[in-house]
Amino acid sequence: MAESTATVASTASAARGGAPAGARAVALAPAMRDICGAGNVLTDPLELRTYECDGLTSHRATPALVVLPSSADQVAAVVRACAAAGVIFVARGSGTGLSGGAVPHAEGVLIVMSRMRAILEVDPVARRAVVEPGVTNLSVTEAVRPFGLFYAPDPSSQVVCSVGGNVAENSGGAHCLKHGFTVNHVLGLEIVTPAGELTWLGDGTGVGSGYDLLGAFTGSEGTLGIVTKIIVKLTPAPEAVHLVLAAYDSLEAGGRAVTDIIAAGIVPAAIEMMDALTIEAAEAAVHCGYPEGAAAVLLVELDGPAAEVEGELATVRSICEAAGAREIRAADDPVQRAGIWAGRKSAFAAVGRLSPAYIVQDGVVPRTALGDVLARISALSAESGIRVANVFHAGDGNLHPLVLYNDAVPGETEAAEVVSGAILDACIEYGGSITGEHGVGLDKSRYMPKMFTAADLDTMQLVRCAFDPASLCNPGKIFPTPRLCGEVPGHRRGPRPAAAPGMEIF
Amino acid sequence: MGDLAVIGKALTAACGEPREGEMADAIGGIVPAFVVAPGSTDEAAAALRAAAEHELAVVVRGAGGRLGWGDPPSRCDLMIDMSRMSSVVEHSAGDLVARVQAGARMGDVAAALERDGQEIALDVPDQATVGGVVASGLAGPRRLRYGTPRDLLIGITIVRADGTVARSGGKVVKNVAGYDLGKLLAGSAGTLALITEATFRLHPLPAARVYVTAEYVSARIACDAVAAAANSPLVASAVELSRPSPDGPIRIGVLLEGSSDGVAARAMRMADLLGPAETSLEPPPWWRGAPDAEGGTLTRVSCWVSALPAVLDAIEAAARDAGVSPTIAGPAGAGVLYLRVDPDVAADRSAGFVRALRAARSGERGGVVVLAAPTAVREALAGYGGMAGTVPSLALMRAVKDQFDPGHRMAPGRFPDVM
Repeated sequence: MAESTATVASTASAARGGAPAGARAVALAPAMRDICGAGNVLTDPLELRTYECDGLTSHRATPALVVLPSSADQVAAVVRACAAAGVIFVARGSGTGLSGGAVPHAEGVLIVMSRMRAILEVDPVARRAVVEPGVTNLSVTEAVRPFGLFYAPDPSSQVVCSVGGNVAENSGGAHCLKHGFTVNHVLGLEIVTPAGELTWLGDGTGVGSGYDLLGAFTGSEGTLGIVTKIIVKLTPAPEAVHLVLAAYDSLEAGGRAVTDIIAAGIVPAAIEMMDALTIEAAEAAVHCGYPEGAAAVLLVELDGPAAEVEGELATVRSICEAAGAREIRAADDPVQRAGIWAGRKSAFAAVGRLSPAYIVQDGVVPRTALGDVLARISALSAESGIRVANVFHAGDGNLHPLVLYNDAVPGETEAAEVVSGAILDACIEYGGSITGEHGVGLDKSRYMPKMFTAADLDTMQLVRCAFDPASLCNPGKIFPTPRLCGEVPGHRRGPRPAAAPGMEIF
Repeated sequence: MGDLAVIGKALTAACGEPREGEMADAIGGIVPAFVVAPGSTDEAAAALRAAAEHELAVVVRGAGGRLGWGDPPSRCDLMIDMSRMSSVVEHSAGDLVARVQAGARMGDVAAALERDGQEIALDVPDQATVGGVVASGLAGPRRLRYGTPRDLLIGITIVRADGTVARSGGKVVKNVAGYDLGKLLAGSAGTLALITEATFRLHPLPAARVYVTAEYVSARIACDAVAAAANSPLVASAVELSRPSPDGPIRIGVLLEGSSDGVAARAMRMADLLGPAETSLEPPPWWRGAPDAEGGTLTRVSCWVSALPAVLDAIEAAARDAGVSPTIAGPAGAGVLYLRVDPDVAADRSAGFVRALRAARSGERGGVVVLAAPTAVREALAGYGGMAGTVPSLALMRAVKDQFDPGHRMAPGRFPDVM
């Protein structure tokens, strides 16, 4: 991947008559220093290199310039400077994304939002907080906990990932099964448009006036503008939380329990499942004490009013038993629960220790197709000799298969990519999605035509053309083929350096 | 519009013989030249291609219940009646997902889903259509817990003004692939594209429901009760307020949903929270579903719940100044109130009330939007913010409209054309 990115840069600069890649972005450095202060503009190649990728290291590009603004006005001025010069810009939060959504553009400016990390306002009566985009996800919950509230979206990286990044990706997390996604909990955004104007989408009431641009913007992966303030909805902390762990001799048996829980009319806060390989890895990494030799471990978390959760707990226990659980544990105190969750939360990193390299997928299937798709994955693994560890949000059918390979063995990287692609094909075939929460970014844009028709993608890009007709704001992400926006009467247009055919080959 | 015979032929080829518009089809006094009823997304696409070719202004009709809301279209050559697209295409109970055609009645859909103990958790009229509910963003008391159509919509099929069929989302709840066009279409009132199908996430029907109600003389104490109920870990599905006159007593109702034992226990504690309160298995007589203009002027005020006392004060003052007595009701726990002024009140007074309220709330978070009003009231509001009031990001909204409907043929004259 690194190789192909380098090719992009050289092709692009060749197309511009041999000017060094990013010269126009670099030329903006003095203006950027005026806007953000000299210390907040990076041009040193070594410093620039630190920003070459996000949480997905297989896609890399060194930005021409990095700026670290500390206010919304600075962000707007930075974007205006880019827009005037026709220079591409990409926003970056904490850099924990898993789809290459924040990979910089070699000819562009990378706008790092991590200096903007203030919690500006907490209104416990209205259940709202206003935060800057660089604020980490977990720190919102920490700030509002004294009021008996929490911020519901909880991606696994919540200790470090930023709320601004969550908005860009419409992040989920283990508990979105019941509590919803970022888009259900963000009620207002101050954004800088790709033309450099500050404006608000939504006012925190959750009641729109005109088109729901707030909803369309959330999850647009940084392609429609840059978020500078976020009004989030806060949720009353649940009175009772119970975590049930059930161990099974097969994934199928665990899957039966999931189906029966949903059929019983219970919506747990989270339903997670891990297979034998993942359990073994987690055990080695964090000694989470999961039942030895289990082929599947199911975690079911129930939250809500004590009077409801007690009843649901009894039902869930009996369903888990009926599905053939070899062992059931339940925990209601925070320390015990954290101990059980530790195994699940360490899964990615733990599996990483089993293998020199791995690909994390994020496909989604209808819950009722989980069994079929897991069987398909297991067959793919057997045919190819590529090991696949399965850890997934079983409640909403969001799979995170970890495709393990050794990049030192010739041909294994390619074989792993074939397996990985075949898993996404299976997800699409069963009516699912290529991504449940990681986003499309740079990594999965090539799969978009398998899930959507050309007309679907063209229609989505109408929104992009409305926001960013010049295609300067994080171009090359989500869509495999950029749309030419066409002249719209009375609408402001900038230069379009990225529009030359064949240049955008991400 | 060109030669009616030629257009009629083109529409016939698209989706069967159109009928001539009648007085009963009129919208804002405009009788459409043609009414067509496509039976499929393909037929609808063919109809819109014909409309594009002949530059027809198009208005989409579901049940017609809220067609008169907002500003009326300035032209209507072709009305697309969705009543023939009325089936539940797919109900996957195990996945808690249903795909339905836009012309399906919500009551029929609810009956089909109920067989598996599931629902689309919106409190909307039975006769309303799926497409109409999505296009108007209609929701009732339970928006506090479940949100509005945009929160429950997970996939959508649309036909663009030029006849292009496009889908976004899908049939899985968790899905972040591509832009979410459903969000954009929800509440767009037929001005961006025709909705032909929608896929919803469903919720299990609760085993039991209990309503806890209380009445307050002091607005301040009532507002405290609203906030306490909405913020309680007892998890209210709805926190409704009703004040039949702007300075009268205030009734608060809280809906709890869950197991029978669970809601009984929660209701007792919720009653303690509200002060002297009653519990009932039935909604109180004043419990409303989705808002209804009933021919009068229907205004929606939104605010942060912490500003509710100030909003009630502002309503009281504006009503006094304008000499009107609106009824106030709505999901106050979600920061929304609907104000209804009778149709027989003079237009300048109805409009004056809205203007005064807007002035009082100017600069605050939230808005004062007139959802529906008699023509005279709407005209009296022209120059005073019109129906919508202040709309931030209007330039972006116009750009979106220009992209989706460059010829401005989808309900022309409504938002944002009118702004």
